[in-house]
Amino acid sequence: MEVPILKQHHYLIATVQTALSDADLLHLRNALLQRVGEFRSRGVIVDVRALDVLDSFASRTLADIAHMIRLRGAETVIVGIQPEVAFAMTQLGLKLEGVATALDLEEGLSFLDKRVATGTAKLARPVSFKR
Amino acid sequence: MKVITQEEVRTRRQAQQPKETTISLLRELVAHLCENRTELRSEWARRIRDGQLLTAMTEEEVFAEVTSVYDNYVEAIETGTFEALQAYARNLSERIIPKGVETHEVLGVVLLLRDLLARSLFAKYQDDFAKLNQILDAYEPAANRIANTVAVGFVDERERIIREQQEAIRELSTPVLQVRERLLILPIIGAIDPQRARQLTEQLLRGIRTNRARVVVIDITGVAALDSNVANHLVQTVEASRLLGATVIVTGLSPEIAQTLVTIGVDLEKMNTVGDLQGGIEEAERLLGYTVVPARDVSAQPS
Amino acid sequence: MKRVGPSGQRQVRLRHKTVESERVLPGSGLSGSPGGIEVFPRPEKIRIPIGSDRDIVKARQEGRRVAGELGFSSTDLVLVATAISELARNIVSYAKTGEIDIRPIVNSAHRGIEIIARDEGPGIRDVDRALQVGFSTSAGLGMGLPGVRRLMDEFKIQSNFGHGTVVITRKWKN
Repeated sequence: MEVPILKQHHYLIATVQTALSDADLLHLRNALLQRVGEFRSRGVIVDVRALDVLDSFASRTLADIAHMIRLRGAETVIVGIQPEVAFAMTQLGLKLEGVATALDLEEGLSFLDKRVATGTAKLARPVSFKR
Repeated sequence: MKVITQEEVRTRRQAQQPKETTISLLRELVAHLCENRTELRSEWARRIRDGQLLTAMTEEEVFAEVTSVYDNYVEAIETGTFEALQAYARNLSERIIPKGVETHEVLGVVLLLRDLLARSLFAKYQDDFAKLNQILDAYEPAANRIANTVAVGFVDERERIIREQQEAIRELSTPVLQVRERLLILPIIGAIDPQRARQLTEQLLRGIRTNRARVVVIDITGVAALDSNVANHLVQTVEASRLLGATVIVTGLSPEIAQTLVTIGVDLEKMNTVGDLQGGIEEAERLLGYTVVPARDVSAQPS
Repeated sequence: MKRVGPSGQRQVRLRHKTVESERVLPGSGLSGSPGGIEVFPRPEKIRIPIGSDRDIVKARQEGRRVAGELGFSSTDLVLVATAISELARNIVSYAKTGEIDIRPIVNSAHRGIEIIARDEGPGIRDVDRALQVGFSTSAGLGMGLPGVRRLMDEFKIQSNFGHGTVVITRKWKN
């Protein structure tokens, strides 16, 4: 199942569906990496509000996505983790350490705006910036 | 591999078919119960009164329920299905539990009917011992299943009501307060058992979503001690809140509780703790971008 | 030659004739009910063969559905589905194939759900170590068994090196 990825100015927004298999997650990772490079995106939002379960593989893959995208000079934020899912994740010991999280799309965009504005998004190669 | 002959298969198949006699016996049984409905029902009501059961109900109420139960009983035996009885049992329980009827009364009443009907069968077939045995073979499993269904239905309903009440009490005793936009305060007072701890976490997480909170202040000034289980729960609550994009500030940490947290491996440096609730709220406001100014400085504007 | 049919019937080949030797029937009603009359109706078991990552999704969706029918809270639904996901994932990762059985259960006081995860994989050499918290808490590494145990109420595991693994875990409704 293909995860839809929208481009919104300098950001990419991926909205995940309920029945997300491991293969789907890996496709998503590759698609995001490719598009971040293609569009020179500054931020990525992965909206997981439809996910009924976030298990160890999903958690690791989301962390991988955030890490790899940071290497390309963009910030990732995971939004929409449901209360029950967050609870289950902590029971399982999944913390998404080092990965930014926000409540929903609006909060996620707000977070990215702040991060990008303060220039805290690191670049893989030094590039001169004209502001 | 066991080899089976055709003959054995046929015998086994026959054994599995319902005996013609069983069906006709049940029909006879049901007919007997219907014919003698009036006397048996009255006798039952009388025994209920004599046994001092269902005292919380008036005589009219008892008679009305007795009639319904009797008819449902017979129907269950007749049809061999228990869904209608189950539904009735739950419905009945919903009605009588608020009146204060207890489990032993419900079970007692149903068992009275079972015995009463059995005795009436003894009386009817007293001259035919073999027939009596056959009829009892058909009657007993059904009667036991009915007693079971009614009792379990009653107990289930009771448990459901008790749980709902407990839930309501717990929610009342643990308010999640919204003091400012995006800021929630959860004051925890008193003893926390694992069940309450979990309920707190669930309530808080839902509150974060509903109120779109970015900062939560959990004040544990009112908590005397935490065992390591509950301390773990606190840590998990902090982690789960973060997954919802909220920062948690823990205030009111006593030295004892700080020690417990360190013992279970919590790095207090990483956990956002502030001495008291007031300080915690100020820190929260700072995180949210509010500038806190002294009340007398009227020219200052909050950002 | 013994074959197990789709609903658990054992079929015996007897001189080119296929004959039913044993059939397990659910017993509940009275009239026309073969054999004895049961006090409790036999619970329905669902078996999901696990062989690929898509089966992991299927297993947890089924588990969620059954738990939902049993009336578990929304949080418990996620806990059960997550536990199933982890158990199914272990099967795919370590044994390649196996199965997950999901079954409603009853005891004297409560209703619940039982999950059995079975595989004929390599087995776990040191079960005690695998159950230690900290052995596999990093997301995605290792077996996540301590996590599954935390998610559920009861947890039993039997594993022998070279002989596969069986995990039985249960959650009770309140």
